[in-house]
Amino acid sequence: MTYLTKSPWIIHYDASSCNGCDIEVLAALTPLYDVERFGIINTGNPKHADVFLVTGSVNEQNKQVLKNIYNQMPNPKVVVAIGICATSGGVFRECYNVVGGIDKIIPVDVYVPGCAARPESIIDGVVKGLGILAAKREAMLKEKPSAQQVGECR
Amino acid sequence: MTDVQTISIINAVIYLLLAPVVGGLIAGIDRKVTARMQGRIGPPILQPFYDVGKLFEKENIVVTTTQNFYVLSYLVFMVAAGMLFFSGGDMLLVIFAFTLSHIFLVLGAYAAYSPYSHIGAERELIQIIAYEPMIIFTAVGMYMVTQSFFVSSILTSGIPIILYLPGVFIGYLIVLTIKLRKSPFDLSTSHHAHQEIVKGVTTEFAGPNLAKIEIAHWYEYVFLLGVVFLFFGFNPILAVVAIIVAYFLEILIDNVIARVKWQMVLRSAWLIAGTLGLVNLGVLYYLKVVVVP
Repeated sequence: MTYLTKSPWIIHYDASSCNGCDIEVLAALTPLYDVERFGIINTGNPKHADVFLVTGSVNEQNKQVLKNIYNQMPNPKVVVAIGICATSGGVFRECYNVVGGIDKIIPVDVYVPGCAARPESIIDGVVKGLGILAAKREAMLKEKPSAQQVGECR
Repeated sequence: MTDVQTISIINAVIYLLLAPVVGGLIAGIDRKVTARMQGRIGPPILQPFYDVGKLFEKENIVVTTTQNFYVLSYLVFMVAAGMLFFSGGDMLLVIFAFTLSHIFLVLGAYAAYSPYSHIGAERELIQIIAYEPMIIFTAVGMYMVTQSFFVSSILTSGIPIILYLPGVFIGYLIVLTIKLRKSPFDLSTSHHAHQEIVKGVTTEFAGPNLAKIEIAHWYEYVFLLGVVFLFFGFNPILAVVAIIVAYFLEILIDNVIARVKWQMVLRSAWLIAGTLGLVNLGVLYYLKVVVVP
């Protein structure tokens, strides 16, 4: 029994690219889709968040920011890469400043493809992430002493 | 031990055990009604309990370990204030404990190094400064009417306090908006405007610490609505109706009014305390309206 799946608080970060997916993430928070039905709250604070939604490919300028947000989130946590840029770099992957998909910098749990990803598929991706969140909680309980280090990204 | 003492201890224990349940339900209904006002379906009524349950399952990240102590003190003194109130204790002592608990929250926010946390703490202090006079006037007004600062005496006096203190009651409702962290005056946590100052006073509290702050809020809800009850103490049914109407008004105000700057919070809270509160007390004093000799 875990409450994690009933109250996933999200934080979203747009790494770069066209910003389209980020707008779709915000669309999921509007009254039309109303993700608060599932207890999902959009927090601006990594310390309160359980699910990290990242849109856009990561570049040389902001990879540290991405890492920082990830490290500030308390365990257990889940990362959802939204849109094709976040999963692989998309059309921007050959650019001189682009590192690629965000899994080059932080561990990703769920990939949501699409250009732009539709709000329905974003919600679907988050729901899929909830199962992983519960599993991570189990793992955290088993190896309690090293819980601090789980998922730490340097 | 006398009967009165036994009853007051039982009341305090009932508050200790049931206040989080009632407070959490109030918070849940609040979120549901708010969602409906915005044309959304909204979360389940039990959502606040899920949230707190989840927060206890998370890792406790603190920058400085004194934060843990301050958050615990915030919770303990909030519970103590409520228990004193519901056991029929001295209103002034209740207010002191209540204020002290908020000071601990501010200290906890200052203990971290985040500028957002500091801005939140500063705004929380401003909010305390804004609502404190009106809370004191409420206690003084009740004393002027019933000749007692003790909640038990105020409640059993049978005097329709609301008829003597209409101004103080309206003033109290307005500072209640600050206390419940509702929209026009919601500065320190930016509860609805996520990301504005990140999360203000609660920015640096994660997991179990945030859960404790949330539980302290539930205790606070019940205590604050208990004061509303006191105004209508002569008729419990009317008092419960008054609480429901007052809370609904708070939710409505929350949803229809945009937030204001801190200067406006201070100005309006003091203006209300200075006019409605002080004038009400002044009139009472002038007319020597003292029912109980």
